[in-house]
Amino acid sequence: MREALAGFRRTPLLCALSVGAVGLSLVILGLFGLVAHNIGGAIGDVERRVEVVGYLLDDAGPEQVRAARRELEALPAVESVRYVSKDEALERARRDLVEFSNVYGALQVNPLPASFHLRLREGFRTPETVSETARALAAYPFIEEARFGDEWVERLFALRTAAAGIALALGGGFALVAVLLIVTTVRMAVLARGEEIEIMQIVGAREGYIQRPFLLEGAVTGLAGGLLALGVTRLAYIVFPARFVAVESLAWLPHAWTAAGVAAAAVLGLLAAASSVHREVGRAYGPS
Amino acid sequence: MISLRDVSKAYPRSGDALRGVSFRLRKGEFAFLTGPSGAGKSTVLELIHFQTRPTEGEVQVSRYNSRRVRRRDIPALRRRVGFVFQDFKLLERMTAAENVAFALEVIGTPRREIAGRVQRLLSQVGLAARASSRPSELSGGERQRVAVARALATEPRILLADEPTGNLDPDASGGVFELFRMLNRLGTAVLMATHDADFVRRHREIRRLELQDGRLVGDSAA
Repeated sequence: MREALAGFRRTPLLCALSVGAVGLSLVILGLFGLVAHNIGGAIGDVERRVEVVGYLLDDAGPEQVRAARRELEALPAVESVRYVSKDEALERARRDLVEFSNVYGALQVNPLPASFHLRLREGFRTPETVSETARALAAYPFIEEARFGDEWVERLFALRTAAAGIALALGGGFALVAVLLIVTTVRMAVLARGEEIEIMQIVGAREGYIQRPFLLEGAVTGLAGGLLALGVTRLAYIVFPARFVAVESLAWLPHAWTAAGVAAAAVLGLLAAASSVHREVGRAYGPS
Repeated sequence: MISLRDVSKAYPRSGDALRGVSFRLRKGEFAFLTGPSGAGKSTVLELIHFQTRPTEGEVQVSRYNSRRVRRRDIPALRRRVGFVFQDFKLLERMTAAENVAFALEVIGTPRREIAGRVQRLLSQVGLAARASSRPSELSGGERQRVAVARALATEPRILLADEPTGNLDPDASGGVFELFRMLNRLGTAVLMATHDADFVRRHREIRRLELQDGRLVGDSAA
């Protein structure tokens, strides 16, 4: 630890540049993560509204309705089943469709059917499952019609697939750039101290003794870069939407993501240092 | 103490550096390793320091054999074999004392012992008064003395010197050489590579191993 700290003291500018370079590469990844998380959240919000609605015939008995509800709730894809009675349907129509309130008010007979509203669990909101659930609902003899807006469910699913693909490709690309930058930065730090390493080898320092401070330095550089990136991303999150974008509320990254990101930066720094120092130091000790 | 048996060394790009070299250097002995540039002098020293391994043959230094040595034993071997270079290899940002202390630190010398040992080592090479000077403030001969003090930090039984007087004027060369003689009288075996034929001729009493094109073509002790 003392040697690693001495390394920072001896070459403060190089260390600051290393932390800055690592931080910069991770800021790009952090900002991308922020955008991806919010797009994913927005799509998720819309997906949660996917409903399969089955309209009941007026002659459906209460016992039949209760039994059907229990069966539907037991389906693995179904998250919740809401029953809307004829009276509730009329009440909602009066409330939501104010322009027709006179028409609804004058009615002697309620023309609106009772209905089941099925919401699906996360991971089951694919066009196939939605359509299957609608078929299962329509199979009841007292269900007149089952609807689920098949066209927009398919579009939504296509959008989700495309967004995931783009996020994976871009995120993977940014992560790769960050890894390469960290490896290069730490390698430069190791090379800058090549003279010291050479002298340690000549006088008989053990390999582990030579490597340990560099490994620790790599991990600390990664950690500091990760924290710097987190700070800058947070700053951008606070400043940027308020000034330039007409977005009312962007969601901040989940804590698990930020913690994993900073930890990954430290591990990356450690691995980059391990690969560089192993190459530099190992050469002088010959074959194992 | 040191034994080379039919040692050949070939590098992938530059080809043969040594061919069938054999000699022994006994405990406390002093020998010159001579020959023109490219004759293989540095390769012999690197082999003895186990910085590289022979392509054929074997090198024995104390109980370490190039065929059987384990990677983790090499630091222990290097502590028994001090190495001095033509270009000194001192760390410019450190003072003379810090350069010597650095060597002591990296071999795990207890912290409380370092200052005293640095003082003794610098006195031994006649540089106690320049302990706080940086290499850039020292003459060539003084820098080489710091390098020797650093090499002695591990209390080696053998001292290898690769053209140690190559960058020095005659006076400084003489001073460094006398330092080697003194260390040798105290029991350290010295193998000094030099291409300075005049210098070697002036010290006929010292054994001379002569290399040419990677072959040992002369051994004054034979």
